[in-house]
Amino acid sequence: MIAGEQRIRAAFDAARAEGRAALMPYMMAGFPDRESGLAVAAAYADAGADLVELGVPYSDPLADGPTNHAAATRALAEGATLRTALEACEAIADKVPVVLMIYTNMVLAHGGGEEFAKLARAAGAAGVIVPDLPLGEDEGIRDAFGAAGLAMVPLVAPTTPDERRRRICAVAKGFIYLVSTVGTTGERGELPPELAALVAATKADAGETPVAVGFGIGTPAQAAEVGKVADGVIVGSRLVRAAGEGGSPAAAADSVAEFLAEARVALAG
Amino acid sequence: MSAIEQRFGPYGGRYVPETLIAALDELTAAWEATREDPEYLARLGGLRRDYIGRPTPLYLAERLSERVGSRVYLKREDLAHTGAHKINNALGQALLAQRMGKARIIAETGAGQHGVATATACALLGLECIVYMGTEDIRRQAPNVERMKLLGAEVAAVDAGARTLKEATSAAIRDWVANVETTHYVIGSAVGPAPYPVLVRDLQRVIGEEAREQALAAEGVLPRRVIACIGGGSNAIGIFAPFLDDAEVALIGVEAGGDGIETGRHGASLNAGTTGVLHGSLSAIVADEDGQILEAHSVSAGLDYPGTGPQHAYLRDTGRAAYFPVTDAGALAALRELSRLEGIIPALESSHAVAWLLENPLAGEGFDVLCLSGRGDKDLAEYVRRTGEVS
Repeated sequence: MIAGEQRIRAAFDAARAEGRAALMPYMMAGFPDRESGLAVAAAYADAGADLVELGVPYSDPLADGPTNHAAATRALAEGATLRTALEACEAIADKVPVVLMIYTNMVLAHGGGEEFAKLARAAGAAGVIVPDLPLGEDEGIRDAFGAAGLAMVPLVAPTTPDERRRRICAVAKGFIYLVSTVGTTGERGELPPELAALVAATKADAGETPVAVGFGIGTPAQAAEVGKVADGVIVGSRLVRAAGEGGSPAAAADSVAEFLAEARVALAG
Repeated sequence: MSAIEQRFGPYGGRYVPETLIAALDELTAAWEATREDPEYLARLGGLRRDYIGRPTPLYLAERLSERVGSRVYLKREDLAHTGAHKINNALGQALLAQRMGKARIIAETGAGQHGVATATACALLGLECIVYMGTEDIRRQAPNVERMKLLGAEVAAVDAGARTLKEATSAAIRDWVANVETTHYVIGSAVGPAPYPVLVRDLQRVIGEEAREQALAAEGVLPRRVIACIGGGSNAIGIFAPFLDDAEVALIGVEAGGDGIETGRHGASLNAGTTGVLHGSLSAIVADEDGQILEAHSVSAGLDYPGTGPQHAYLRDTGRAAYFPVTDAGALAALRELSRLEGIIPALESSHAVAWLLENPLAGEGFDVLCLSGRGDKDLAEYVRRTGEVS
């Protein structure tokens, strides 16, 4: 097992040993500004995140809904680059496994799979999610990440056919990111009723690899509901919104920490 | 016909969220089954003739020819129903969507021509239609917005980024991600994830098939050069495709030079861009060193796009086609020139091709074919605003 994958798996195992799902908050690096992003990252590491999904701001994030898109736009306007995200990664990677979320074009712009993997590993990242690089496209990037000890976490969607889902699970490293609903990232009032069945089917294909669910989870109650069936729960847009409402780095950190504490309680349920 | 290409050399592919993969597989299979289906082709052929008004003329522009010193034929896509080549693709895709059982249609538009064409096809076939359009383009192309509404489409304003075609396309893709099970996305150019670049090319190649036949009928030989403007590149790939194996025919694409390549304010992804991913395919794009997509700049809303279709990037690399930029100023002057010489007001997009021709007359024997992709009525307000000319 590769180095990054081991760290990720250890985090899921530790949560499981406590009888709960792992909590994985998402953040947008450099949002609403560099200092606030660093404060949010530190808050995640200190306030009970089992893993952190760290979004790299991108101009054209096709998998993201309005909240994360606007956050990326704001971060870029504040001067954020890949460097800003790697800096946040470095700051917390000793305390918690960090999974970078980056779009393909930025990987290519930074030299391709091999060169980008060096940068990510140097910053301490354990894994990478590339939301617009589905199975079958540019497998060289997946190979390069694997060779560098970075876990490439694939996505599975409700629309993914059964046979394809099995193939995705077979190449998954670290964990499988199961998209809860058909659509982009963002809070939803209700999670789809068929989610439990989808999680069960994915877990059956995944074997030992943990399955974490993201997209649409915006309340501690929803996190708890998903945590009953999945190995991990990813909370994104809700926390990005909290970080943006703070008005200062300290306030952003307080705001996300408060939500995380509630979510941890709910997950321990 | 061969299988649908997923890539052209390294370019193309499907760089999209996993949620869309099943729909792209479905669309690929549907197009493979449909594009040679006699029933579909009979229906499309009938509508092309009686509804779009095809074949469009190949017109020997005598005064323009005199001005440049050699014979120039204009392929009159401006005379197609709705005033541009966009209807060829929109109608073909709407018919395909109907066969696939998808009653909700979404589209993006820049100049508004693709939006109008899609709204038109949806009105004809009784399909629901939502067109995403940047608010800057809504301002520049007001008459087309009114046209779409009159045709029963909903125009969804996109206020992100530079509020032009790039953001409208992203918004349409996000809608598709959310509604993929009920919705067909009618992409307007030869861009996007596979199979779209092929689907759009196949539906636009009627331009080149007609032009090739008409040129042979008029002159007995093939043209020396085929010239077309290029943003995403649908009219260009449509007229190029049937000439690809005619090695003696030079294929010339003319892209948006904006304020000039050296200013950085342009849409010339093939001349001044880089290789990267935009809207689901790997191609020539305009991006910064961090990988952020840059805003394009062009007086013409249809060319105001920081990328181009993957087949064009491949044709550039192989040398089969050559691509050149023309500035805003050049396009505006060419719009005026063609209007005065021929009584044809070209779209600002097509004016780029005319401008290149005016600067690069054919040496020696033979003749040129230039794709006049659309009419310029929609651009009059922008023309007056930019040139200060008033009637």
